[in-house]
Amino acid sequence: MAETQTNGNAQTYVGTRTIRPDGVDKVTGRARFGADFNLPGQLIGRVLRSPHPHARILRIDTSKAEALPGVKAVITRDDFADQSSEFIPAGEMMMNYKDVVRNVMAREKALYEGHAVAAVAATSGAIARRALKLIDVQYEILPHVIDVVEAMRPDAPLLHDDLFTVGVEPKPDKPSNVAKRVEITLGDVEAGFTKADVIVEREFRTAPVHQGYIEPHAALATVSEDGSTELWCTTQGHFIVRAHCARLLGLDISKVRVTATEIGGGFGGKTVVYLEPLAIALSRKAKRPVKMVMSREEVFKASGPTSGATVRVKMGATKDGKFVAGFAELKYQAGAFQGSPVQPGVMCAYAPYDIENVKVIGYDVVSNRPKVAAYRAPGAPISEFAVESVVDEIAKKLGLDPIELRMMNAAREGTKAAYGPKFGPIGLEETLNSIKKTEHWNTPLRKWQGRGVASGFWFNIGGETCASLTINEDGTVSLMAGTPDIGGLRASLSMVAADELGIPYDKVRPIIGDTGSVGFNFLTGGSRSAFSGSMAIVEAAKQIKADLCARAAKLWEAKPEQVEFSGGHVRPLGALAEKAKPMSIADFAKIAGKTGGPIGGYGRINAQGAGPSLGTHLVDLEVDPETGRVTILRYTVAQDAGRALHPAYVEGQFQGGAVQGIGWALNEEYIYGADGKLQNAGFLDYRMPVASDVPMIDAILVEVANPKHPYGVRGVGETPIVPPLGAIANAMENATGIRFTELPMSPPKVLKALKERGATAG
Amino acid sequence: MRYEAPETVESATALLVGTTGEARVLAGGTDLLVQMRSDIVDPALIVDIKRIAETRKVTEEKGGGWRIGAAVTGAELKEHPRLKQVWPGVVEAANLIGSTQVQGRATLGGNLCNGSPAADSVPALIAAGAVATVAGPQGRRDIAVEDVMLGPRQLALTRGEFVVSFLLPPRPPRSSDAYLRFIPRTEMDIAVVGAGVSLTVDGAGTITGARVSLGAVAPRVLLVREAAAAIVGSRLEQAAQDRLEAAARTACAPIDDKRGTVDFRIQVAGVLARRAALIALDRARTS
Amino acid sequence: MAKHHIEATVNGDAIEFLCETEETLLDVLRDTLHLTGSKEGCSSGDCGACSVTLDGRLVCSCLVLGCEVDGRRIETIEGMAQGEALHPLQQKFLEHAALQCGICTPGFLVASKALLERDPDPSETEIRYWLAGNLCRCTGYDKIVSAVQDAAATLRKG
Repeated sequence: MAETQTNGNAQTYVGTRTIRPDGVDKVTGRARFGADFNLPGQLIGRVLRSPHPHARILRIDTSKAEALPGVKAVITRDDFADQSSEFIPAGEMMMNYKDVVRNVMAREKALYEGHAVAAVAATSGAIARRALKLIDVQYEILPHVIDVVEAMRPDAPLLHDDLFTVGVEPKPDKPSNVAKRVEITLGDVEAGFTKADVIVEREFRTAPVHQGYIEPHAALATVSEDGSTELWCTTQGHFIVRAHCARLLGLDISKVRVTATEIGGGFGGKTVVYLEPLAIALSRKAKRPVKMVMSREEVFKASGPTSGATVRVKMGATKDGKFVAGFAELKYQAGAFQGSPVQPGVMCAYAPYDIENVKVIGYDVVSNRPKVAAYRAPGAPISEFAVESVVDEIAKKLGLDPIELRMMNAAREGTKAAYGPKFGPIGLEETLNSIKKTEHWNTPLRKWQGRGVASGFWFNIGGETCASLTINEDGTVSLMAGTPDIGGLRASLSMVAADELGIPYDKVRPIIGDTGSVGFNFLTGGSRSAFSGSMAIVEAAKQIKADLCARAAKLWEAKPEQVEFSGGHVRPLGALAEKAKPMSIADFAKIAGKTGGPIGGYGRINAQGAGPSLGTHLVDLEVDPETGRVTILRYTVAQDAGRALHPAYVEGQFQGGAVQGIGWALNEEYIYGADGKLQNAGFLDYRMPVASDVPMIDAILVEVANPKHPYGVRGVGETPIVPPLGAIANAMENATGIRFTELPMSPPKVLKALKERGATAG
Repeated sequence: MRYEAPETVESATALLVGTTGEARVLAGGTDLLVQMRSDIVDPALIVDIKRIAETRKVTEEKGGGWRIGAAVTGAELKEHPRLKQVWPGVVEAANLIGSTQVQGRATLGGNLCNGSPAADSVPALIAAGAVATVAGPQGRRDIAVEDVMLGPRQLALTRGEFVVSFLLPPRPPRSSDAYLRFIPRTEMDIAVVGAGVSLTVDGAGTITGARVSLGAVAPRVLLVREAAAAIVGSRLEQAAQDRLEAAARTACAPIDDKRGTVDFRIQVAGVLARRAALIALDRARTS
Repeated sequence: MAKHHIEATVNGDAIEFLCETEETLLDVLRDTLHLTGSKEGCSSGDCGACSVTLDGRLVCSCLVLGCEVDGRRIETIEGMAQGEALHPLQQKFLEHAALQCGICTPGFLVASKALLERDPDPSETEIRYWLAGNLCRCTGYDKIVSAVQDAAATLRKG
């Protein structure tokens, strides 16, 4: 392995397992999450939501609610100006302001059960709830459609009469539920298939799943008479919240100050706005602070899960195992408004492999469900599940080891990806080799047990980032970052700052600044916060070091080349060392005023050079053939982190993503009735893995440095959720001989398949 | 909404029958509070029975029966030093409800009177031959547990009545019980199928008495007499197991819902009845 | 309807409060007593983020009414540290990185403490089943289990 990158520093902290600086507050209950904030005199806001999956809103009469004592404000669509069509980035997806304003508060139609139709602010939650019951909404119920294939039919109920499919020729003259068609092509798949000795074609279905963060959405807003607004909310991107709220409410961005509270999980689902514009609008009307928190049922019914999808994959390989052609067609649900992650799904489908001929088509389809929000590597788990399943079938048909087959076709440095770029150094092969060497891979299995392996890819992003380092009068350092810390970012950034400046880790104190205190930061998503944040900190530290050297040169009446910064000190070089002694940061801090003023550095960058992270997962499971119940016996993750700033938090990403994938593969799904209503809007019947459902998750840290980052860092947070679906499906095939193509592989489905095959012996 | 915590059975029944509007009994609250929160019920009065001493006691009676107060929690049942040796199935069933936290509050009385055919403790109680002692404005009466739940949320109790305690009958020697349920995860799910089996064997290991109960496969929890008859006189050899499975399956009248399909429930009911019987047999032989 | 006047002990302190019948203990802790360490994740007893002990018994505070705790002893996450010293569980959670976002952490700590007070040497399986009522979406439970095992070992050494 190449020498570990340290950006030229004597490395002390990066790569070690420090205690996170925000940890004590989190283990004592002191840390304040979204719903833990309160302001004196605050009102409680609650939302009235459509009970119908599709309905025209004819009339809303709020008069009785407004008259209820204790109710201080009621808002409806009339309180939000309409927005013209404008696409903006949202997480790793795009959204349109015209849709955002309608998702936040329904206008012409209610487009899903749970769609916000009105909201009230009252002196207590009980009064607010009573007020909702007094709001009279007249609906004209319309036929609804949920399933993506159903929604694509020409006679399907139409959600938007101004939605014309983009990306097809000729341009359609009739609206439909298909918002767009996307395609990537490399080489010639038809020609490629003619060279194949084996071709496998399969269709797969996945159900919508929710990010499942334990903390519901929460927002607290207070609006002054001059329109200046303060907002505390649980979010992955407070600058994005600020932008959306300013736009929706017609405010200057500078007038809106958003503080990101501690966040109880997001996984992409908190990169958009739901309650925030409502809380602000209510506060503006009531002239008092308004606090809003979603119930768990509202989280499921009214915040965006990810797409359910139908995916068709066709792959061809020579008898030696070389992939010669890869085709896929993806149909993804977007929910009520366009913007499913079908584009990244298309891009990632074949990305782990070097295939000359690739064609992937994707459709973004609306249906009467909550608008989809990003969920950890959005779009990729679905398409890569399908491809990894087919890769496994090819391995079986050719009698090849599934790891060897992947190794033979692995993308590596120099491979041209079907979605465009040529890869720099990447670590897929290293992860495959790591898995091959494990005791796990080499342990024999028993009857009704199965083993599956799958790889996965996510590209990761960089983006706009501002972070500052301030030297305090006593030489300690205040670090301010601007991307909410979901899982250990402050620890990682503090370690980088400590190593860059050559000072002890506990002398660095990090905070996440609000939008008024630090420059624009894109949101925490795309596995970017440690990657980009550390680059901005390196830049800030660079400025400080240059500044201190300049001050020293002046003090010592020396030339710039006679001083250098190393090991936390400015050092005189050569002959200068006889008359000047090294000075520490703390030394300069004491005389900062006399040597030019406060000392600090501010990194403002648009981080480029994010490197993809690839991983391989290995899972053993056991099937109870009499009930279809699946038990995960053993699980190993190997993933390329580039450079793990904090190994424990990188491992934590691997383990957390793997377990989300286990839930997605086995038991999680949105269950709709024929009436278009969600039947399992709670943690009882939306079945996420509990502690007894999973074993220890072994995590192997592979480090193939990303040459474009000073420490070699790659984002790691998203890739872990990509391989589990395929790995578990492949293990199921290994255990039962049955290829499951529909997720989740829940016990009734497994038992039914076993019975249909007539299997009584494994 | 009023809340009262009477200390006697009589004051409790008087409150229940005397209120205009809906009155609800509160024991563990693990169902009632959830239903209140989601607006399924909106009682005018909550009557907390936990201060009534006899609802909180576990007593081994002379003659070998066990009287268990309706408001004794699952966790307390598990911690009782003797009960789980005599009635391991009842105790394990009560301790499968929800989570550790839920078991810290949930009670046999509440689990039965919530009226869900998927309740975990009810098949075990029915298999045990438990009898509920019910108090009301007209006094007390005993009802076999299998006759208490008539359908989903429908009980055989009249206004003002509530369950005060359960009596588990005296145990012949070489008797034991077991409860199994099918859930897709390992914990935290409502039973998709529940099976309770209680049986007695003679010195030769032959089953001389049995009761089999199935939950979550019909509008009420079932006492399946045919399933018991299928194994009495046997040593639960393969043929008896097959008969047991068949009888269990025949008794099912399940629905398709978000937790399982009709076919799945019927299939698994037979499997669980057999597995629970085998465990109960093993326990009975070694008891 | 008049509120209930309740006197109870919370984390060793005698406290009193008023509450409506329908307010849960969780509502009271968070909104009236301003102890926001216990979290509301679901209000249906399915996630354990609101875990407290009531007379030493581990419960979901969202499943207990405020008016039920008159004369009772409640312990929350806020009472877990001993003065300035963290409880070994809290320390081990930090050392093992057994938290990422931290929202479930108070519930896990309260639940784990209740476990180790009953069983000082639980197996991995026993730990996982005891904690099955505490949902975590970030960690995959691995480091939580390791932290509990390590804390148990530390506590056993005395």
